[in-house]
Amino acid sequence: MAATQEEILKGLADIVNEIAGIPVEDVKLDKSFTDDLDVDSLSMVEVVVAAEEAFDVKIPDEDVKNLKTVGDAAEYILKHQD
Amino acid sequence: MTSKIKPSKGAPYARILGVGGYRPTRVVPNEEILKYIDSSDEWIRSRSGIATRHWAGPEETVSAMSVEAAGKAIADAGITPEQIGAVVVSTVSHFHQTPAVATEIAHKIGAGKPAAFDISAGCAGFGYGLTLAKGLVVEGSAEHVLVIGVERLSDLTDLEDRATAFLFGDGAGAVVVGPSDEPAIGPTVWGSEGDKSHTIKQTLGWDAYRTTPVPGGDGPEARKALDELRFPAITQEGQAVFRWAVFEMAKVAQQALDDAGVSAEDLDVFIPHQANMRIIDSMVKTLKLPESVTVARDVETTGNTSAASIPLAMERLLATGAAKSGDTALVIGFGAGLVYAATVVTLP
Ligand SMILES: CC(C)(COP(=O)(O)OP(=O)(O)OC[C@H]1O[C@@H](n2cnc3c(N)ncnc32)[C@H](O)[C@@H]1OP(=O)(O)O)[C@@H](O)C(=O)NCCC(=O)NCCS
Repeated sequence: MAATQEEILKGLADIVNEIAGIPVEDVKLDKSFTDDLDVDSLSMVEVVVAAEEAFDVKIPDEDVKNLKTVGDAAEYILKHQD
Repeated sequence: MTSKIKPSKGAPYARILGVGGYRPTRVVPNEEILKYIDSSDEWIRSRSGIATRHWAGPEETVSAMSVEAAGKAIADAGITPEQIGAVVVSTVSHFHQTPAVATEIAHKIGAGKPAAFDISAGCAGFGYGLTLAKGLVVEGSAEHVLVIGVERLSDLTDLEDRATAFLFGDGAGAVVVGPSDEPAIGPTVWGSEGDKSHTIKQTLGWDAYRTTPVPGGDGPEARKALDELRFPAITQEGQAVFRWAVFEMAKVAQQALDDAGVSAEDLDVFIPHQANMRIIDSMVKTLKLPESVTVARDVETTGNTSAASIPLAMERLLATGAAKSGDTALVIGFGAGLVYAATVVTLP
């Protein structure tokens, strides 16, 4: 069953916490992965693959660079999950 | 008529009897790399964990480094060079396709007339060589096999390529594989994914540099194009390779543990190919290796030496006392091809 935006945000927060050690409550839709959450380009690859597994979506490499904020990622997942 | 053929007689099992390494004398810190690319020591350390690497000088040829490493491995194994029945060399940076550099090395170490050949398996070369060696010992074609991983990747590094200039290093690592009464090299989990061959590759083949007449003829245009060629280098799609290494290779490593019947808790040492500290950290996490497992982090001072990285790291762990003879170690190599090989071994 498709996840809601709220569920996706919670899932992403857990993933970012696991990979970058950022407190779950700091992961908000308007936060930038690199500038606010200490997720660099390589950690981002890990976040993306974890999100692919968690939400059953495919996020190709060329789309990853457009996912600047947590909101971008949540929206992408919302649109592409099935 | 079909005659009865006498089979060869091998050992019940095989094990690594000795290990040796050679690191070139010149140490190159990140500061020197900054002369060539727009980067910073901080960026290089945080993205790769690399602080220094060794680059070979003119005398430190692929053959010379191999002879040094091999000599140490043979001494460590407690055998004489004449007992070596086969020499397997894995390298991508020996610039003569023929003859195999293995033959020159075999001669220089005084091994007599062993079988000697090179293999090309990129950063999985050590695991491929080890698997061949195990087969030869158990099948009986050689009692002792010398496996060498050796690279002068500085020769194939484009110092103006920001994505690779800081990554590569030079060196040689060798092991002697010989007979054993107990299993000491587990099943190998290996394979190739040729659909991803473009993600790590040499920019141009040697034929692109041809200056003598080409069969069929070449005109002035071909000559002009030749003038603009750069020396070949290894290029890669860093993030695609990172993604593959972190996620697919953790599965391969787990499979090697499972096939050997060894749990993460039973493991003493983890020696992954030394490509990038971030890949190593991620694999340790995914495999849920307990704190008690010693992890090779040689990449910090050695960079990525491709086929040489695992035996070099193995030698250093044993030399510093971080690991000891008899320890159970998981080794995994992965790289250009893309190819991979993982197995569990008892350390010499
Ligand atoms: C090589 C590697 C460290 C590069 O890291 P990366 O995060 O993929 O680098 P990218 O090219 O995506 O660049 C990310 C950012 O760093 C910058 N950058 C790239 N190279 C840089 C360098 N040498 N110094 C400083 N900054 C650099 C980029 O400009 C980019 O900045 P931007 O986000 O502001 O545009 C990494 O991809 C890697 O190690 N991959 C695995 C490769 C490997 O181990 N191969 C061998 C396997 S055998």
